[in-house]
Amino acid sequence: MGSRLDACHADAAMCGIVGIYAKSDACERHLGAHAAAMLVEMADRGPDSAGVAIYRDPAPEGHSKLCLQSADSAGWDDAVTAIDTGIGVVEARRVGERHALVETPVGAEEARDWVERELPDVAIDSAGRIIEIYKDAISPAEFVSRFSLAEMSGTHALGHTRMATESRVTPAGSHPFSTGLDLCLVHNGSLSNHNRLRDELRREGIGFRTRNDSEVAAAYLTWRLRQGATLEGALEGCLEDLDGFYTFAVGTAEGFAVLRDPISCKPAVMAECDDWVAIASEYRALATLPGAADAEVWEPEPGVVYSWGTVAVA
Amino acid sequence: MSGAAPDSTAAPSRALDLSQLSVRELNAALHEAEDGRWEVLDPVGKHAIAAGLDAELEVEIAGNVGYYCAGMNKRATVRVKGNCGVGVAENIMSGKVAIEGDASQAAGASGHGGLLVIEGNAAARCGISLKGADIVVRGSIGHMSAFMAQRGRIVVCGDAGAALGDSIYEARIYVRGEVAGLGADCVAKEMRPEHLEELAELLAEAGIEDAQPSEFSRYGSARRLYNFNVDDAGEY
Amino acid sequence: MSTENGNTRPGWRDGLRESATFDRATIHEIQRAAREGIYDIRGGGAKRHVPSFDDLLLLGASVSRYPLEGYRERCDTDVVLGDRHAKKPLELDIPVTIAGMSFGALSAPAKEALGRGASEMGTSTTTGDGGMTPEERGHSETLVYQLLPSRYGMNPDDLRRADAIEVVVGQGAKPGGGGMLLGQKISDRVAEMRDLPTGIDQRSACRHPDWTGPDDLEIKIEELREITDWEKPIFVKVGATRPYYDVALAVKAGADVVVLDGMQGGTAATQEVFIEHVGIPTLAAIPPAVQALIELGVHRKVQLVVSGGIRNGADVAKALALGADAVSIGVAALVAIGDNAPELDDEYAKIGSASGFYDDWHEGRDPAGIFTQDDDLAARFDAELGGRRLANYLRTVVLETQTLARACGKSRVQNLEPEDLVALTVEAAAMARVPLAGTNWIPGTEAR
Repeated sequence: MGSRLDACHADAAMCGIVGIYAKSDACERHLGAHAAAMLVEMADRGPDSAGVAIYRDPAPEGHSKLCLQSADSAGWDDAVTAIDTGIGVVEARRVGERHALVETPVGAEEARDWVERELPDVAIDSAGRIIEIYKDAISPAEFVSRFSLAEMSGTHALGHTRMATESRVTPAGSHPFSTGLDLCLVHNGSLSNHNRLRDELRREGIGFRTRNDSEVAAAYLTWRLRQGATLEGALEGCLEDLDGFYTFAVGTAEGFAVLRDPISCKPAVMAECDDWVAIASEYRALATLPGAADAEVWEPEPGVVYSWGTVAVA
Repeated sequence: MSGAAPDSTAAPSRALDLSQLSVRELNAALHEAEDGRWEVLDPVGKHAIAAGLDAELEVEIAGNVGYYCAGMNKRATVRVKGNCGVGVAENIMSGKVAIEGDASQAAGASGHGGLLVIEGNAAARCGISLKGADIVVRGSIGHMSAFMAQRGRIVVCGDAGAALGDSIYEARIYVRGEVAGLGADCVAKEMRPEHLEELAELLAEAGIEDAQPSEFSRYGSARRLYNFNVDDAGEY
Repeated sequence: MSTENGNTRPGWRDGLRESATFDRATIHEIQRAAREGIYDIRGGGAKRHVPSFDDLLLLGASVSRYPLEGYRERCDTDVVLGDRHAKKPLELDIPVTIAGMSFGALSAPAKEALGRGASEMGTSTTTGDGGMTPEERGHSETLVYQLLPSRYGMNPDDLRRADAIEVVVGQGAKPGGGGMLLGQKISDRVAEMRDLPTGIDQRSACRHPDWTGPDDLEIKIEELREITDWEKPIFVKVGATRPYYDVALAVKAGADVVVLDGMQGGTAATQEVFIEHVGIPTLAAIPPAVQALIELGVHRKVQLVVSGGIRNGADVAKALALGADAVSIGVAALVAIGDNAPELDDEYAKIGSASGFYDDWHEGRDPAGIFTQDDDLAARFDAELGGRRLANYLRTVVLETQTLARACGKSRVQNLEPEDLVALTVEAAAMARVPLAGTNWIPGTEAR
């Protein structure tokens, strides 16, 4: 009964989004702590699940990192052994019952394709050289604790807290979504034309795990980037091809970008100071950051792509 | 002047610290108060601060506030020494709300009376659904401002975003800078002496001395959407 | 005029055959559109036949289920709405409330009648678009105050005077509705109440001006509670479209009560195409809504009020059996106080209608004095009599509900449950999630 309901409607993104890009070494060292504070502040908007994409500890050239999630916590050792046999494992780190970070000595695309093919029951939350995505159907406070987010350093991070429309909250519907290497998306709002777009993107060879509208937006960006667009160009394509309400924050290996739809009913506040640039759905998340009181605060204009870091083609 | 009785501006203000109190406790205290000066400390973007006031209080908020600050304000004077979130002074009935920084979306939404002053910029939908209040913005306002504004006045010393005054009724808009675009049924209108006078009053009330009424243009309803005519069907 | 198979329509001749696709009503509408160049506006809810409570039956007593005696053995009808957070939840004597209907659509005496009748029966009325009038607050002991996208007449004094606040996201007749209501003019009194120029075409906003989405609704609800010192229950009203998700989100946004309005729910005026083709039947909306409440662990803690075509005690009993805590009535209440009265047939004929068919409520020419702002017409309406008639009707409905509940062995009407129901059609069985009568089969599930 539940699955029939899930099938007839895609989860819109009722939630909080946060993002931070470090401009100083001090901020990089404490990036996880900053992201954690922001996430917890956005729990009211999104009590049901949380996720973060953090860019840190780049794997050496030719290597890659996969963040994996499995409902079956008992099978991890076998899974890691299998990966080691198949493509090699440089390091595997379990996080809690269901998550693991695995570094492999092959490129991210090859690693991802191998796991998709050989371990279909294991979900790939992220694949790339730098990105790590963790997401789970637990409260933001539990999330930051379980994943020790406050201890992490990194160059930039995007986070998301979700108010789930379905009652059986599963991690699958959580953000950030990643359909490309070192790429991620968080979304606040509700798209209205994603179902047909999903079909088209499937025909272009992109896989989907949910019926979620945000996943379609992530896939759309992946597809445009694959075709050679810059990130700005891909986001500008959203203005043409996506219908509905959205504040998007997109992460790439180098930085992040923000876009609001032309009507801009969903909130977005940004702030910048010498140490960081940050975005959040509500100012009070930004207020948790050191130096926020004196930071420049503004709201992104509708239909304008803002980006930080050298954002290039994936 | 010696010998004069102490007035409210000389009386000490009472401080309410949001790092110690909840917003509920703060608002409960303010709702019970009948007068006096109040200072709110450490707001850090919290919501509904000083919402629902209905007395001649003076409230000063030392920092940035979240959504709906001074929502449905009656009679009170509220000053935010910082920025504010969505819907500041929404549905204001009377009194005055002043924001020293920038305002987020829907500033003064559906306001019925009183004055909202924004020293910085206001974002999208400033004065949406306005029903008689006055809004004066020293900076610029965002798109879809004055959407379906029925009555009241909006003064913008900076620029206005796209779709200004879409579906506007009888509210009057004065803009000194550029207007990115006018919404359905909103047109530039003639500035007559009564408008210059009105504008001068509003600027004075807002404490803005470096803008002259003659520098502004007036915008309002073309009134073509008031009664359907099949030939205007394209407007819809 | 000729007859064939009993057909006595004017102009009919033997041998004429009506098309089901281009029936007379459709042809008439196409001709009207070609003449006027604008969509048709009317009042009321969906008129066409959709799966409804009529397709469900209650299983009464049997060898295994014992009935209660009427009149001597209790069957309680009281209900508390909004005890989740509010200091002062609503305590109603009967599980039937009067739905939001605007002053502006209705005349002042009509609103007074609703207040009188509801108060006599210990239940609530609801304001509508345009705000709270002194008449309504004066005559209604329990008054729910709507917060609508238009915000006409909204003010904190009325918020504080209200007994509950209802945030209207949408209504069953026009979920997502807004836009121009061309040709619907505003009268002087209404224009004054709403701060609008008189005599102009009515516009309505489809979204709230200062929030969009349940994540921001949560913050708006917080503001409303702060303004009213957390005294009043907060209702969230949605038109029936995606009830499972909408109810879940309303609960997460902080609603104390969810009001769910199906497509048969009435409106004062909107486009005919909207009423007939958007939204889902009330019957289909209830089970997903209840499922959401159960899964969140808040069924009966966040109360569900169902509206949209509730007509009699059978509808009430079936809605409660499906899991609602109470129902709300709109059109039925108006008919009870005197709308479409047969005594006014000649008057209705003069304005191109007939009693039992009149739905041009937006034109404000209602001879019953209900849908009008014209003082002369409104003066015809006797508010005291209307109030008594409403009380009579409510009393009847509640007695019917109790009769049916007792037959099912219930000492409290909210103890009715889905297992007390069966369906007459496959569609109704699938929508209501109860078996087809005489079988174990619920379409869409495995038969046991």
